[in-house]
Amino acid sequence: MCQDCGCSVTPANIRMTSENQSHHDHSHGHSHEHPHHNHSHGHSHGHSHEHPHHDHSHQQINLHQAILSKNDRLAERNRGFFAAKNLFVLNILSSPGSGKTALLERTLMDLSDRIPAAVIVGDLETDNDAQRLRRSGQQAIQIMTESLCHLEAEAIAQATQKLDLTNIQLLIIENVGNLVCPAAYDLGETQRVVLLSTTEGEDKPLKYPTVFKSADVVVLNKIDIAEVVGFDRDRALENIRKIAPQAQILEVSARTGEGMEQWYAYLQQQVQPQPELAVH
Amino acid sequence: MKGKPVSPKAIAAPNGRHYRIPPMHEVSIMAQTLDIALNEATRQGASQIHRLTVRVGTLSGVVPDALRFAFDVVAKDTIAEQAKFDIETVTARCYCQTCEQDFYPEDIIFVCPHCETLSSQVLSGKELELSSLEVS
Repeated sequence: MCQDCGCSVTPANIRMTSENQSHHDHSHGHSHEHPHHNHSHGHSHGHSHEHPHHDHSHQQINLHQAILSKNDRLAERNRGFFAAKNLFVLNILSSPGSGKTALLERTLMDLSDRIPAAVIVGDLETDNDAQRLRRSGQQAIQIMTESLCHLEAEAIAQATQKLDLTNIQLLIIENVGNLVCPAAYDLGETQRVVLLSTTEGEDKPLKYPTVFKSADVVVLNKIDIAEVVGFDRDRALENIRKIAPQAQILEVSARTGEGMEQWYAYLQQQVQPQPELAVH
Repeated sequence: MKGKPVSPKAIAAPNGRHYRIPPMHEVSIMAQTLDIALNEATRQGASQIHRLTVRVGTLSGVVPDALRFAFDVVAKDTIAEQAKFDIETVTARCYCQTCEQDFYPEDIIFVCPHCETLSSQVLSGKELELSSLEVS
């Protein structure tokens, strides 16, 4: 093959002539006398030009690889597993102290005869939360992340193996209390819930837009003490809608039970009915 | 009286060792980045990484300065220790369903400048990728 233009000139049909004919005048596929490369090979063309990789010894490698691709792959695997099990999976994110565990405690208690559920809970240390949640009689498993400020898909896959998912319809993942890092990690959940409490102020969605923008549902908790802490409900709702126009907003008090029926109605609606046994 | 010092936790480094560093989101992300880079460099038979270029979207939740700090920590004692670390920022771009066109939001509230509809359709800005390496 010709090194310069890639044409298939084989040695058999190349003949050197003394004619000073340009290389690119040759016609392809013919066996006539071919004046290919009649010019002297002593010339500098093609041999002494600067090679881009030889300017220095560095080599450029273009990767364009998503940095979290490993987690994303594992999350997709989880999602497939959950779908096969007909599980509705929630990933709940909030600041520390917003009442995630209180919300789940009450939810597990109240729904125990309606929706069979299980919980995976992440914290830096201690299994206090899982112990609290187990009092409902439903399964709860603790992931202690130690230094890690968020849960990753791999840990969810491992924790899921330790749960008995027979007949379970709802799996709730209580993420590490943190509004920054968990937002970047897909766990394979069906929907993402961001919990905000009235004690945190109305501008939390403006301060942590990334996590609110990733929410399917925003739950506003501790509405029973809104007045005491001087919480401006209208401004908070406006901020949530501005940052997360896609999100459904539910207002609850996990302590008094106010608004909880709305939350249960949402869960009930999302949980898939068990597949009919007698499908044709 | 001095406060109790922050106890740093050991984080597994890509080269199999452990670093004593405080927990930080960007450190974990940087460790994963370096992991990809070191694997690729090894695959190419390279002995030095001279430059890493990453693309970071403004909506990725990653703070460039923290990432830079994390790079210095994580790359220490690896073949990337001397490498230049370049961050290309990717700005946010949204799609307005009402106007049926793209727009660049001015701030964190994604309001279309033409019709003032709020958008939640993000076309770019969530990027977090290792785009290239320079090795020898």
